[in-house]
Amino acid sequence: MNAAAGYAQVMERRDEIIRSSLEIDYARYAIGALGFDYERLLADTGYSIDDVGAIQQRTAVGNTPLLELTNITALVRAVAAAGKGARIFVKDEAANPSGSFKDRRAALAVHEAKSRGRAGVAAATSGNFGAAVASQAAKAGLRCIIVQEAFDSHGIAQPEIAEKTRACEAYGAEVIRTSVGPELFYVFLRVLEASGYFNASLYTPYSILGIETLGYELAHQVRQQCGRPPDLVIVTHAGGGNLTGTARGLAKAGAADTTVIAASVDLGGLHMASDHDFNRKSFTTGHTGFALPFTTWPDRADVPRNAARPLRYMDRFVTVSQGEVFYLTQVLAELEGLERGPAGNTSLAAAFAIARELDQDRIVVVQETEYTGAGKHPLAQLNLARQLGIELRRGDPRENRPGQCIVIPEHPSQIAVSDVDLDHVRRSYLRNAFESLGQTDRLTGADIDFLADETRSSPAYIQEVIDETH
Amino acid sequence: MTERIAAGSWVEIHKIVLKAGERAPQVPEDTRQVPLEMRVKGFLAASANVDDEVEIVTPAGRRLRGRLAAVNPAYNHGFGPPVDELVTVGIEVRAILRQRDQVK
Repeated sequence: MNAAAGYAQVMERRDEIIRSSLEIDYARYAIGALGFDYERLLADTGYSIDDVGAIQQRTAVGNTPLLELTNITALVRAVAAAGKGARIFVKDEAANPSGSFKDRRAALAVHEAKSRGRAGVAAATSGNFGAAVASQAAKAGLRCIIVQEAFDSHGIAQPEIAEKTRACEAYGAEVIRTSVGPELFYVFLRVLEASGYFNASLYTPYSILGIETLGYELAHQVRQQCGRPPDLVIVTHAGGGNLTGTARGLAKAGAADTTVIAASVDLGGLHMASDHDFNRKSFTTGHTGFALPFTTWPDRADVPRNAARPLRYMDRFVTVSQGEVFYLTQVLAELEGLERGPAGNTSLAAAFAIARELDQDRIVVVQETEYTGAGKHPLAQLNLARQLGIELRRGDPRENRPGQCIVIPEHPSQIAVSDVDLDHVRRSYLRNAFESLGQTDRLTGADIDFLADETRSSPAYIQEVIDETH
Repeated sequence: MTERIAAGSWVEIHKIVLKAGERAPQVPEDTRQVPLEMRVKGFLAASANVDDEVEIVTPAGRRLRGRLAAVNPAYNHGFGPPVDELVTVGIEVRAILRQRDQVK
């Protein structure tokens, strides 16, 4: 590497490195002072949803089963008022080749890398996406580098990430493991610059278009099994891609009226860049530590314009506690014979609570599962938590305190969701947008329209918030 | 005497990427006080001793340098023992379902 490799120097070259790693000129899509043409950014990839499905099918990605969780539905009804307790279905995304819906995102990114003649792909991810990219790269005959935030300053690896390290290495990838900190992005930029590999970022248009098939398939499967589209789809929400892609796919399947609910594990009180907190989260994804910052400002991602724009698509945003997700993971195994998750079961915990309030003929879909195994299991997380001094007990899940106390419910009737105030989230997004403006920038009419689309509100609402803030 | 590690062995190297004083400005206090470390596995390019500064060839075919930290490192992640707080959950929910069936 000839170019200067210091932190500040590499970060200064950030835009240039990203541009050449992706071959997308994001500046082309700019509108007004802060807006951009989101639909054109996605459309310019040239992929229709049928193209995406065909590419995925070549590597056995997608077309996963939709299962009705009849025993969990019965349990919901046992604790619901008379006539209440909606039918719960789950899309078994663990059936994808590397064990999660992330294969959908990786399939398109790797296809793109291959058609552009790149020698390899690289991704910065500590989660299932790494295994997905490595699996797809193996099949495509491309080299692969995965950069993971994997261990704390005591050398203790987060067990779920240790399992992802193993999986990526099993698929023949080079795995760079770092200690805790956002400078993982700096390490990643150096990898991109040195390798010349394609950037399989989670936040490119390819990564979002890849998930549209999930929403599309599930709408058709529910129609086939129940004769109509689902009433609610609940999405485990972190960086926003899962929600964005699923909602877009539902709309493309003519299920635009389906209510889309984001569900995240509440990790309130823990700092995402803290070395101390790193192994005390007990969840590596699907949590508020990603979901809140990425919903209120998607462009904090590793690309200039994040193609995951969750606030455009969510009808409701709820949180559940760590203990509730672990409880439902156990219930899923013992009542449905499905050992999955735990992180993907965040939406299942939310579905349990939400289905309880709905009429019995309503249809609720939990839109993903993920594979489980050593490290990636409630036992691994709970044993580590206990080792680090976190209290573990049965009780009222409202007493769960991330990093201090994990409370496993004593009874299914205790499972409940907390609503995140979407108006507050919208205002927070707008505050971030206004702060991104340069001193001489002035908002145009096109910016106001963009912000209204971004927040699923109206130009009048944007104007009202502007007037309040200034 | 420690054993010399043969070229071609599967090993892990360790490297300090950023020293404690060089961390990004936005990191919290506890993270700022520790270095950013990195570990990568690959095939040892030339025979060496543990703790030597070495070169490896990674599975992606890249040559990287660092301190030889481990030879054929194990995957130690597992499950650990069952935890009391989860072992009875299945029995409890099945009992609730049985009760419901009887009520019907």
